[in-house]
Amino acid sequence: MTKDTVFRQEFPVKGGDFSRAGEVSWEIKNLLKELGLSTPVVLRAAIASYEAELNIIMYAWEGRLVLSVTPGRVHVVVEDSGPGIEDIELAMTEGYSTATLEMRELGFGAGMGLANIKKNTDAFLITSEVGRGTRLELTFLTNGQRP
Amino acid sequence: MTLAKLIEQLDLKVYTGRNELTRPISGGYASDLLSDVLAHGQKDQLWVTLQIHPNIIAVAAFKELAAIVLVNGREPAAETVELARKERVSIIGTPLTAFEFVGRVYGLGIQGT
Ligand SMILES: Nc1ncnc2c1ncn2[C@@H]1O[C@H](COP(=O)(O)OP(=O)(O)O)[C@@H](O)[C@H]1O
Ligand SMILES: [Mg+2]
Repeated sequence: MTKDTVFRQEFPVKGGDFSRAGEVSWEIKNLLKELGLSTPVVLRAAIASYEAELNIIMYAWEGRLVLSVTPGRVHVVVEDSGPGIEDIELAMTEGYSTATLEMRELGFGAGMGLANIKKNTDAFLITSEVGRGTRLELTFLTNGQRP
Repeated sequence: MTLAKLIEQLDLKVYTGRNELTRPISGGYASDLLSDVLAHGQKDQLWVTLQIHPNIIAVAAFKELAAIVLVNGREPAAETVELARKERVSIIGTPLTAFEFVGRVYGLGIQGT
């Protein structure tokens, strides 16, 4: 957190808990809207957060999203303890998914989540350690300029 | 075309969003995969699907879709209706299959993109 952080909030997410799927992303969307950010930025952040939140629920044991807003930027750090991702390049490939049949029947597991996150962010970092967990860092520029 | 006009022409059932019917429709997208719609859906489109669980509301709201159309006579789950009301998302339904429904909509001049 830098000194010009105007807002910071942490949202825990429990692995396997589909009953609350999306709740964190709705909260992030509503908070960013209340802060007066433009609709395109709010929606990009909501979509990327949603995909990240669902990945914790689907694949990890527990995790959290940490939202921070500074002038010009929205930051979402997503951390989980979970099985981690062995081959990140493969996981990023559209269509690749290890979702269960049950998840697929609900329309999850298109294998497009990480690609959607990348597409909706202005900067995207992913690191993972097998057997420990995964960390994503999502940045959205709020000045309307996309690099 | 507005949502109200489409509902009248195709005799659709309105589950939620009776106050949003003046919304214009600018095309549609048919898919049962949530991330696919998050990637390819566009503002003001109809979303044709047979998914009925509450997560469809986030998808529709985050993409500013005009309405969710449930095909094959599927009815939204109770929690889905509750969330849709809160977030002002329109859910409409038809007994037609996705193929049949999209065909009729196309016939009315509403195209994919
Ligand atoms: N947080 C995570 N922990 C462990 N594995 C993950 C995580 N996020 C993604 N993955 C792996 O990457 C794959 C692709 O993820 P994604 O692009 O979101 O598509 P989907 O969730 O539809 O499978 C997943 O199927 C899973 O194997
Ligand atoms: Mg995913």
